[in-house]
Amino acid sequence: MGVGRRLYLPGGSPVHRLPPQCKLLAVLAFAIVMVATPREWFWAFGLYAGMLAAVAAVARIPPGHILRRMVVELPFVLFAFLIPVIGLGERTEVLGLSLSVPGLWAAWNILAKATLGVTASILLASTTEPRDVLVGAQRLRVPDLLVQIAMFMLRYLDVILDEMRRMRVARESRGFQARDLRHAPVIARSAGALFIRSYERGERVHLAMLSRGYSGQMPIIHDLSATARQWGTALALPLAALAVLLLGGLAA
Amino acid sequence: MIPNSLEVSRLAYAYPDGTQALFGVDLTIGRGERVALLGPNGAGKTTLVMHLNGILTPGHGTVTVAGTPVRRDTLKEIRQRVGLVFQDPDDQLFMPTVRDDVAFGPANAGVRGEELAAVVKNALDRVGMLDVADRPPHHLSFGQRRRVAVATVLAMEPEILVLDEPSSNLDPAARRELAEILRSLDVTVLMVTHDLPYALELCERAMILSDGVVAADGPTRELLGDAELLARHRLELPYGFAIPAAAERG
Amino acid sequence: MHVPDGFFTAAVSVSAGVVAAAGVAVCLRGARRELDDRTAPMAGLVAAFVFAVQMLNFPVAGGTSGHLLGGALAAILAGPFTGVLAIAVVLLVQALFFADGGLTALGVNIILMGLVTVLVGWGVFRLVTRVVPGRGGVTAASFAAALLSVPASALVFTLLFWIGGTAPIDLATVAAAMTGVHVLIGVGEGLITALTVAAVLSVRPDLVYGARELAAPLVLRGADGTSTVTGRAPEPAAGAGRLPFLLGGLGVSLLLAGIVSFFASPHPDGLESVAEEQGFLGQATDHVFGGFALADYGEVGGIPVGVAGIVGVALTLIVAGVIAYAARVRGRASSGERV
Ligand SMILES: Nc1ncnc2c1ncn2[C@@H]1O[C@H](COP(=O)(O)OP(=O)(O)OP(=O)(O)O)[C@@H](O)[C@H]1O
Ligand SMILES: [Mg+2]
Repeated sequence: MGVGRRLYLPGGSPVHRLPPQCKLLAVLAFAIVMVATPREWFWAFGLYAGMLAAVAAVARIPPGHILRRMVVELPFVLFAFLIPVIGLGERTEVLGLSLSVPGLWAAWNILAKATLGVTASILLASTTEPRDVLVGAQRLRVPDLLVQIAMFMLRYLDVILDEMRRMRVARESRGFQARDLRHAPVIARSAGALFIRSYERGERVHLAMLSRGYSGQMPIIHDLSATARQWGTALALPLAALAVLLLGGLAA
Repeated sequence: MIPNSLEVSRLAYAYPDGTQALFGVDLTIGRGERVALLGPNGAGKTTLVMHLNGILTPGHGTVTVAGTPVRRDTLKEIRQRVGLVFQDPDDQLFMPTVRDDVAFGPANAGVRGEELAAVVKNALDRVGMLDVADRPPHHLSFGQRRRVAVATVLAMEPEILVLDEPSSNLDPAARRELAEILRSLDVTVLMVTHDLPYALELCERAMILSDGVVAADGPTRELLGDAELLARHRLELPYGFAIPAAAERG
Repeated sequence: MHVPDGFFTAAVSVSAGVVAAAGVAVCLRGARRELDDRTAPMAGLVAAFVFAVQMLNFPVAGGTSGHLLGGALAAILAGPFTGVLAIAVVLLVQALFFADGGLTALGVNIILMGLVTVLVGWGVFRLVTRVVPGRGGVTAASFAAALLSVPASALVFTLLFWIGGTAPIDLATVAAAMTGVHVLIGVGEGLITALTVAAVLSVRPDLVYGARELAAPLVLRGADGTSTVTGRAPEPAAGAGRLPFLLGGLGVSLLLAGIVSFFASPHPDGLESVAEEQGFLGQATDHVFGGFALADYGEVGGIPVGVAGIVGVALTLIVAGVIAYAARVRGRASSGERV
């Protein structure tokens, strides 16, 4: 897990080369338009899926890569299947089960939108290096401090996960296996030790930063600016989606 | 008169949890000297080193760097002058890529653009790590991280270089290369180490810190030749290592 | 518990985003006050810790397993402001780099897993530590705080879904079911949280933010062998100055949320207009909003206004209640100390 779950696939496609802030804004705008689309417009969701497929093709992201990652949706897919059962309103018989009609609509709505949203996020994460996503967020005026925190988190995630793994190996090499809640104290002691290590590491990192002249502000090291053309390319995706939404609105 | 690089007097310090680590340290290091700081685990070496650029504030006593006392208002200047290489490179390398990390110090000092890129390239080149510039530090081996950590400090062009156990976990070739880098620099060096032959090789003078005070100070060769002194402070030469016959003094 | 896209209407998603952003902004200020230039590395490492801890699965009854939410734990160990920041960053990173949780649902996720768990967890923790002092109190408080934070989060989710979700549900039934399940999960969360806090407390008591009052006075030994005893460990910056700010900030953010959602949807959104034409919304609305005090809004200005209003009211009540209580308890405590 952890490192292995990271999505970035290096490449040189036009999608990879777009400045991160353009891609970030494009995905966010696309997601908002998509979420705002009425659930009855099956054709619109088909078009959205087509757009994402086109982006994936240009970026040369294999479908398997996207599908594998979709499992994050699963818990909520299960919830979506529950809604028709617990939902209110007019009911209908499906395979002998009495299901709520609005509930069925809601389930479809969640499945369609969650899938499209996850796919768009996977495309972003697969074509942009984590560090660049953060630089992009910074350029989009996400507070600097928040970006710094995220940067430190990413940097030390592996270190912390490694420490956790070592502790687990140490536990298991002494014959420990967590089976039920009675083993919680052992797990909790590890978590406690992990917190102490994380916190002390934070203090030492702070000292290291101070000793190289840090005074609360990250120095400017990269200057990534986007041209109007790059913005245009990136925003083609949400604009196309918006066009679909508006057309649908006129037709209705 | 050129001021001494480092002057520490009556330095005492206790950690917030109450552990007292330093009990009145006195030392003076002249300009251009290379000094080894020896001592057993827990002697307070790292704690002492943290005072030299004002990371820790003395509970008692003073630290003076090149004539400037370490105080709140002189911190910025002091940290430009004193470069500190930490014991654990994972503490020192906190940026997403090696290049960013080496750039962090000079960028804080206001270096930008082309000049910054050149400084970074030069520092990485000196430690032979130019080809990993775009990799994240946590993907490097320990020895590679240690070299990059040295580069982050070299990039700041300090007058005084303080290294906390720089040779630990380095392979023999990397250890020798680091020695060559250190010898090639025209700066004052204070090196904390458990590697006594390395101290002998690089530093003409050594100090032993024990239980939070300086227990011995003198030419490295003499200190390491005094078996009884070493034993008293839990220091040992590696098996089979003997101090080479003293070269005639001039 | 990472809500994906499509669970909530666009208006609710945007409103939640604004509320979450305001909450995070308040916490950025609060954390800065307490940690100054240590904020970034400390909160970053705490975030990495929370991420790691969320991977600790613990067995719940019947062969299923749950994982820690970590909100109460982070708040007790690192303080409420840093706790919210750490969780918000974990969610941001999970959404951006792991496609875990929808981008449009980020606001909802931050409210549910960051703001609610931390506010409820921290509120309960302060309350219990006031009543039961000492280390035992800290451990008991950690258990109660973490236990309650889980069903609280699930309840707020249910409430949000009921008012701004995309399906009509029966609030009472679903809330009861959600609470039942999550109290069970909460027991696991509470147990691990309490034991973790106790473990840290026994090794580095100075690191437990929620137990700072327990810190013993420090002894400084001089080089000459003399010892001096310092006073109590310095009290962290008093909260009095920031509480009004906290309240004000949240008030403004809720107001903003209402306004934004009003403009985001001045008329029934596309979904509802289509549904209306198809003639089944009337019935659904009756069920969803029937009997609810604000349902009248639906007839006047469209449902989204009501949605924003209800979100606002509900959140204000929860937030203000917790903060007011914390402020009172704190005020009482500090005046007690002076006497
Ligand atoms: N953050 C800390 N909090 C409390 N006590 C500490 C802390 N860091 C070090 N100490 C204590 O201070 C004393 C000196 O530690 P220091 O790290 O300076 O030793 P050292 O000489 O560098 O040892 P080593 O050779 O193992 O690196 C030790 O007793 C240690 O336990
Ligand atoms: Mg040390």
